[in-house]
Amino acid sequence: MRKKLNTIDEGTILLSGNEAVARGAWEHGVHFASAYPGTPSTEILETIAEEYDEIDAQWAPNEKVGLEVVAGASFAGARVLSAMKHVGLNVAADPLFTLSYIGATGGIVIVSADDPGMHSSQNEQDNRLMGKAAKVVVLEPSDSQEAKDMVGEALKISEDFDTPVLLRLTTRICHSKSMVTLGPRKEVPVKGYVGDIKKRVPIPAHARAMHSRVEQRLVDISAWGSECSLNRIEEGDTSLGIITSGISYQYVKEVSPEASVLKIGIANPLPWNLIEKFINMVDRIIFVEENDPYLEENIKARFLIEADGKNIVPLEGELNPQIVRKAVHPGTTKEITFSEIQLPARPPALCAGCPHRGAFYCLSKLGGSSTGDIGCYTLGLMPPHNALETTVCMGASIGVLAGIEKAVGREGMGKLVAAIGESTFVHSGITGLIDMVYNGNTGTVMIMDNSLTAMTGGQENPTTGKNLRGEPAPVLDLEKLVNACGVKHIRVVDPHDLPEMEKVFKEEMNRDELSVIITRRPCIMAYKPIRKGIAVVDPEKCISCKLCMKLGCPAISWDGEKPEISKHLCWPDCNMCVQVCPVDAISKDMGGQT
Amino acid sequence: MKSVTNVIICGTGGQGILLASEILCAAALHAGNDVKKSEVHGMSQRGGSVSSHVRFGEKINSPLVEKGCADLILAMEKMESLRWSPYLAPHGKLVACDLEITPMTVNTGHAVYPDVNEIIEKENLPVTLIPAVEIAEELGNLRVVNVVLIGAVSTHLPIDEAHWKRAIEDRVPPKALEVNLEAFRKGRELFGN
Repeated sequence: MRKKLNTIDEGTILLSGNEAVARGAWEHGVHFASAYPGTPSTEILETIAEEYDEIDAQWAPNEKVGLEVVAGASFAGARVLSAMKHVGLNVAADPLFTLSYIGATGGIVIVSADDPGMHSSQNEQDNRLMGKAAKVVVLEPSDSQEAKDMVGEALKISEDFDTPVLLRLTTRICHSKSMVTLGPRKEVPVKGYVGDIKKRVPIPAHARAMHSRVEQRLVDISAWGSECSLNRIEEGDTSLGIITSGISYQYVKEVSPEASVLKIGIANPLPWNLIEKFINMVDRIIFVEENDPYLEENIKARFLIEADGKNIVPLEGELNPQIVRKAVHPGTTKEITFSEIQLPARPPALCAGCPHRGAFYCLSKLGGSSTGDIGCYTLGLMPPHNALETTVCMGASIGVLAGIEKAVGREGMGKLVAAIGESTFVHSGITGLIDMVYNGNTGTVMIMDNSLTAMTGGQENPTTGKNLRGEPAPVLDLEKLVNACGVKHIRVVDPHDLPEMEKVFKEEMNRDELSVIITRRPCIMAYKPIRKGIAVVDPEKCISCKLCMKLGCPAISWDGEKPEISKHLCWPDCNMCVQVCPVDAISKDMGGQT
Repeated sequence: MKSVTNVIICGTGGQGILLASEILCAAALHAGNDVKKSEVHGMSQRGGSVSSHVRFGEKINSPLVEKGCADLILAMEKMESLRWSPYLAPHGKLVACDLEITPMTVNTGHAVYPDVNEIIEKENLPVTLIPAVEIAEELGNLRVVNVVLIGAVSTHLPIDEAHWKRAIEDRVPPKALEVNLEAFRKGRELFGN
């Protein structure tokens, strides 16, 4: 049996960036951590919960609360960490910007996991800019060892300079594994809570002094940063100097090992003295950075230099070695022996047996659609359902539906409902529903309760009855909550019961008052199937009507004449294809417990 | 010996690609290499295309393999074996599971599953197709398809058999160890040892 990582004090092992951040938190005495799951950041808190009992770690209902709880723990003198995906930092921006003024009593590390290339995100925002706007320190590691070490550096900077520190990761750092040398945990005592009104109550009279301190802090850290090892010059051939940070540094070392490199580890405040030294050292400068021209714009504005950057390195999408090679050494691109082959795309799909499928199938059948939200159910937009038409941010499905009704009335809204998962509803959908009640909306909100935060890999949340460590926790009662918001009509339905699901949709869409439908069935990741049977097609009975194909189930494919059901993919506890077949050509043993 | 070996493991979500790449990394580590690997989680796990890049050797910088540089591509699904072809080095090898999983775009009639064998022939791709599902079925455990494939490609990589076995022992739960070691052996036999 593998030993827990908190029992290992030395050696070198392979860790992902996320696992390395968790390790760094443990080694450097973090006491408390809080987060809301979000790809690519989720495994940070999961790893802490699985491996490092010494850190008290928990899921928050959203990133704002996560950061606020962490702030309170810091005020009481604990070392703390909060992790989120890049757009999560938007949710937490309100506490962040003022926490910058207040500072840190116990060290505060805020991990922002950005997603260049948008592997699992709705935008490509570059949170170095958020860090600069909030006037906090931003650190950027370029592999797992640095991710671990920078947690320690961040805590030290946080306490020495009295500032929150943003540790900016990207997908390629979070989800790449590289070698990490382990060390023991250094226990740091919790300092204890001491009230300090001038420090922590930013009424204008206090906040003006706080702001002066923040500006001086940035000047001080910039000067310190020119001397510390987080920023460094790697002197090579001085005819070419590359200024880079994060994962881009690795691509630069791969394709241009001979060049001089300025590796920026502290992206805010920038180390002006060191940068000036580098500029004077090299003949030509290229900025190699992912997404926005953050280093390029700031350094060009300060020193008014001529340099290449986003004119040759793409601004959109992720970088990789071939892109960087093409930009930096265009003559040396590798020979491609086998050309690209045009193939059908393989987009993600709702799993076989997914509860959401029943809801979207019925909605689509009725000619309805939805304003959507962030989660697996965003896939309701895909064919054959085509039953989701908007996505803005966490919780927005409800506000957007309300706004459409305000603009065009109930008639103009047609058969649109709001589609939101239970975790997203708790995150920031509740306030949208309160708005609908308060302002007289009449639409239908569908809370798709699969008892799991599924898209991020299956995390607990306040409705599931378990906490981050899998221990029992109080269950948030959605019906009572919705009722307390002022909703009078609440329907709970099993989305696999297709006739009932359809009936409930029809009734609630025709109602002249606001209603909430809770579709309730656990995610297939949340439990082991109770039954054993898989669906079988009788080719003699099948009339090739293709109704089963309208489920969009990945287990059902079409062989040209008849459906084929994959025994590898079919989910034993689901019989929706049996329900939709009009001639009973699909059968399945649904015996066993119910 | 070449200083860096580049491998891409690809397929579809849920096929055990991450475990396969973990075993490869562990074996490469036991053999004394620096190792980096990279993959993307999240959306791609819902049955979408998934890939894992593994690089090992004396010193590794980029965790991503560069186009035209992969020594080996291991595909857990037939059509996915074609998706990464521009990454293959001139001397590179492609080993693929002879298993077709139709993507949703094909199920909904928006695309047609291609004739993979015809493309392999036309493009002169260095592909070896492996009946890994049948082998796993014979072993009575469909979950070891990925380890059969790892066994098959193990002979193409500069890592001794003992390191592979240790890697599997490290990564697989004790009760499933025997069948996984057997799957590895069966896969390895396909290429003669």
